[in-house]
Amino acid sequence: MNVMSKDVDTGLTEKISVQDLKFYYGSSLALKGISMPLYERQVTAFIGPSGCGKSTLLRVLNRMYDLYPGQHAEGKIMFDGENILDMKDLNLLRSRIGMVFQKPTPFPMTIYENIAFGLRLYERLPKSEVDARVESALEKAALWKEVKDKLHASGLSLSGGQQQRLCIARTVAIRPEVILFDEPCSALDPISTAKVEELIDELKHEFTIAIVTHNMQQAARVSQRTAFMYLGDLVEFGDTKKLFTNPTDSRTQDYITGRFG
Amino acid sequence: MALDLAKYRRRRLHSSITVTLCWAASALGLTILAIILATLLFKGLAGLNLKVFTEMTPPPGSDGGLLNAIAGSLVMTFFGVIIGTPIGILAGTYLAEYGRFSKVSSVIRFINDILLSAPSIVTGLFVYEVLVRPMGHFSAIAGAAALAVLVIPTVVRTTENMLLLVPNQLREASSALGMPQSLVIRKVAYKAARAGMLTGVLLAVARVSGETAPLLFTALNNQFWSSDINAPMASLPVVIFQYAMSPYEDWQRLAWTGALLITAAVLSLSIVARYLGTSRTPK
Repeated sequence: MNVMSKDVDTGLTEKISVQDLKFYYGSSLALKGISMPLYERQVTAFIGPSGCGKSTLLRVLNRMYDLYPGQHAEGKIMFDGENILDMKDLNLLRSRIGMVFQKPTPFPMTIYENIAFGLRLYERLPKSEVDARVESALEKAALWKEVKDKLHASGLSLSGGQQQRLCIARTVAIRPEVILFDEPCSALDPISTAKVEELIDELKHEFTIAIVTHNMQQAARVSQRTAFMYLGDLVEFGDTKKLFTNPTDSRTQDYITGRFG
Repeated sequence: MALDLAKYRRRRLHSSITVTLCWAASALGLTILAIILATLLFKGLAGLNLKVFTEMTPPPGSDGGLLNAIAGSLVMTFFGVIIGTPIGILAGTYLAEYGRFSKVSSVIRFINDILLSAPSIVTGLFVYEVLVRPMGHFSAIAGAAALAVLVIPTVVRTTENMLLLVPNQLREASSALGMPQSLVIRKVAYKAARAGMLTGVLLAVARVSGETAPLLFTALNNQFWSSDINAPMASLPVVIFQYAMSPYEDWQRLAWTGALLITAAVLSLSIVARYLGTSRTPK
C-alpha cells in the first residue's frame, strides 16, 4: 500500500503532510493554519523571529504539547497515511518521530545506559545486540571514538557538545523515521556546532529531518527545504537555495537580509 | 551631576546598622544553642555509662539504664518511617508528576501544609481516637502509626519539591523517546531527585525521633523490656518527660543522659541529611 503522495514537481515523497494546522495555547492562536510537507530523507529548516511558532510547530509533530494542559491543535498532520492529531498511542508515535532538544539532556545514568535504555523500551534484545546497537548509534553520532573507553562513565561527565551528540545517538538508536531538532546548536560552541551540522547532513540519508534554528546560515548550510514563519503564519516554503537567494515574499526578503527579527 | 554625598552616607549608616542587627540576632541564636548543647553535655555526660545501654529503666532509688526506651524509640521510629515513607513518596510523586496541573493537587497541597504545621499532640489525640480506643489499650503499633502520620507530610513536601527541581527538559526528552510516563518517573525523575528525596526521609526520621506528645497517648510507656508491638512500649522522649518531671535525682540524671543521646542522634542525622542534600542535589 502506498499511502504517501509523490510531489509532481520535485519527485520527492511527502513523509509528513501538515494540512491547515491551527494551534492554541489556551485561547491564544499560535499557528494560524499551516500547510506544508516534510519530504522524506530531506532536511527541512524552520526559520523566523522569536515567537513566530516554529518551535510550536515542531512540538506538534510529536505531540509534545500533550504533556501540558490547555494546549490543543486543529487540522491534520498526515504521517504515512495516519493523522498524527488523532493518534492514541503517543509513545509509539514518539518512537517513530524522535526529537533532539535545545539544551543537551543526557539522563542521569551512564553513557551506555543513556542509549540502551531507549532501545530496551520497544525491543527485546540480547546483550550482544544491545552492545552492537549502542556502538552503531554512537558511530552515527560521531561520538564513538571519544567515548568508547568510558561507556560506563556518567553521561553528565561529557562536554556540552558531546552531550548533545549523545542525545542524537540516543534518538538514532531506536531507529525512528523522522527526527526533529529544536535549535540543537544554540547551547554549543562553533566547533561542536559544526560537528552537529555535519551529522545532520549525514543522517538525512536515513531519516527525514526537521530543524528549527535561529541561525540563518545554519538553515542555509544544512537544509534542502526552508520554511519561513512569521507571527504564526507560514510565509514562504520552498527550496532552501531559492528561498535564501530569491525569496518570493518581501517579508522573507526583509528577514533574511536582517532588516527585522 | 555631582554625587549626593549626604545621601550616600545615610545609606552607609543604614547598611551598617542592619548588618549589626543581623550579627546580633545570629549571635543570640547561636549562644542559646551553645548553652543548650553545653548544658546537655555537662549534665548528660555525667550519667553516661555502659549501663545506660544495657539495663532497663529502673524504679526510683535503684540502678538502671535506658535500654528499653532506646529500643522502643528505634522500633517505633522504624515502623513509623516504614509506613509513612511510601505513602509520602507516592503522594509527593502524584503532586509533582501526574497531578501537577490539576485542581485536586492544590487542595492536597494545602491540606498537606496544614498537616505539616499541625501540633503533634493533635496527631496523638487523633490516633488515640482511631486506634487506641477501638483496640482497648495502648500499643507500639499505635505509637508507630502516630509517628507515620507525622512522617507523611514532611516526605510529601520534600518529594514534591525535589521532583519539581528535576528540569522539565529531562521529562520531555524521555517522553520524546516514547517512554511511558511511569518509566519517566521511575527511571529518570527519581534517579535525578534521589539524593534530595533521601534527605527528606532522613529529616523526617530526625523529626519524629524526638516527638513526645504523639507517643504519650498511643504507646504510653513501659517500665520493662517489651518486644510485643501490641503492648505499651517505652521510648526515649516519653521516658525523658516522665523522669525529668520526677522528684528523684537518679531519674533526673537518666533523663539528662537520654536527652543527650536523642540530641546527638538527631543532630548527626541532620548533618548527614544536610551533606547529602548539598553535595548531590540535581542542578
